[in-house]
Amino acid sequence: MTRTLPLIIVLIAIVAIWYAAAIGLNAQWQNDVYRRGDVTNVPATQFVLDTWNQEKPVLPTAHQVFGELFKLTVLTDPTKPRSLVFHAWVTFSATALGFVMGSVLGIGLAVLIVHNEAMNRSLMPWIVASQTIPILALAPLIVVIGFNIFTGTFGIPTDPARLMSKAIISAYLSFFPVAVGMVKGLRSPEAIQLDLMHTYNATPNQTFWKLRWPASMPFLFASLKVGVAASLVGAIVGELPTGAVAGLGARLLAGSYYSQTIQIWAALFAASILAALLVIAVGVVEKLVNRSMGARPA
Amino acid sequence: MSAVVSAQNLGLTFRTNDGDVVALSDVNLTIEKGEFVSFIGPSGCGKTTFLRTIADLEQPTSGTLDINGQTPEQARKARAYGYVFQAPALYPWRTIEKNVALPLEIMGYTSAQQAERVKRTMDLVNLAGFEKKYPWQLSGGMQQRASIARALAFDADLLLMDEPFGALDEIVRDHLNSELLKLWERTQKTICFVTHSIPEAVYLSTKIVVMSPRPGRVTDIIESDLPRARPLDIRESPEFLAIAARVRDGLRAGHSYEEAV
Repeated sequence: MTRTLPLIIVLIAIVAIWYAAAIGLNAQWQNDVYRRGDVTNVPATQFVLDTWNQEKPVLPTAHQVFGELFKLTVLTDPTKPRSLVFHAWVTFSATALGFVMGSVLGIGLAVLIVHNEAMNRSLMPWIVASQTIPILALAPLIVVIGFNIFTGTFGIPTDPARLMSKAIISAYLSFFPVAVGMVKGLRSPEAIQLDLMHTYNATPNQTFWKLRWPASMPFLFASLKVGVAASLVGAIVGELPTGAVAGLGARLLAGSYYSQTIQIWAALFAASILAALLVIAVGVVEKLVNRSMGARPA
Repeated sequence: MSAVVSAQNLGLTFRTNDGDVVALSDVNLTIEKGEFVSFIGPSGCGKTTFLRTIADLEQPTSGTLDINGQTPEQARKARAYGYVFQAPALYPWRTIEKNVALPLEIMGYTSAQQAERVKRTMDLVNLAGFEKKYPWQLSGGMQQRASIARALAFDADLLLMDEPFGALDEIVRDHLNSELLKLWERTQKTICFVTHSIPEAVYLSTKIVVMSPRPGRVTDIIESDLPRARPLDIRESPEFLAIAARVRDGLRAGHSYEEAV
């Protein structure tokens, strides 16, 4: 109870602020509606309820957003393009593919950097520089050029080509935290632990698999959690510029074209729920790995 | 008797940004098979550096050093020694038996050989029953015993120990010291033991090497004539106190030299 009470209070405060803000932000439109319909002397309670239930409000209220979310997930056939589950699946598949690609790339770069000083000096600046380019500037390039190369040069059908283009953006965003985290993780063994391997005349391979790799696990999972969230952002950004027809990003864009604010918010919440699920999934794997590595229970 | 460690005019100078630091200067020392040699001196006297040089973890810059008639590198590759560090340096993701088995895995022993040796060395350090525990479940003294078991597991004849009990309280340390003597008695290994405790050095050793800093050098080598069987109360005997006094004199001589400079 002592734990849940503050949570509930904060939640109530957020909802209260939300609904109060909706009255203010939606009031102007509501007044316009009344004026055009020659409606006068609206009671204050009616006015408030009307601002909370507009069709295209500036700020939709919680019950509208979650009503839409419920309608488009539970009540809609998930194979139909109206369903948010359908769009979430499209975004998730690009996220997952990009996350795997980015993580493998990040770990690979970290291994090279840790084992080779020349690699450290030559690669690290480029890795850092890669993240100074705004992804919004880069994403259209990758999506359009990548898509053309995949369909043209490699003759890949359009759907996998679109998936690959988005996954590349996801990978581009997620490899960075993984690479940086793993460089630190693979370097985390203490000097005496490395000396110990030296006294056994261990090969670099043995030192890697028996010491550096297991020692890096806490760093790996910390950066995978950042990486998986970044992957989702990448996939959504990758769905924005193409006029893509599927995916949460496409829903966001379509919603903004047609001022479907409720749809935008529903897609936003769907994206954040997906992000939470992805981070939780990484956390579950982390717990399992920790248990198998005999970590002290927290 | 054959020399296990033989150093002639050994010197080691670290090059640092602040100039050269002479860690070892003109060290001459022979360690015979089966000896228990303690290195004692204040910090900076090069006792740990000397041990690390034997282990091929540091490279001497002058003089010669032979381990079993080989260079330190050859000796390391022949897995001639087990090294016990100041900290247990157990891998936290391995159980105690897996930690003890680590060198055996690396050296390519079969799993049957591994199991047999792990059992034997864990019995030797009185850790039987703790095989499946993780390091954090053991006390500091037990962790250090596990690290000794790990150093013994592959049956090297030379055991190098760098202040292995320095972080432990005195009661545990006394206990482990007498266990170490029994272990040395049973295994007939040659032991090089770095410490900065005079009673510990005198209690354990057949030979005490007194060192002093700046530059790190040997100021006295004391052959102990205490009997090999040593109950803890031998430390109150006149013979023991006489050797301790000589060690103390050697340490003081090293310090007065430093103050005169």
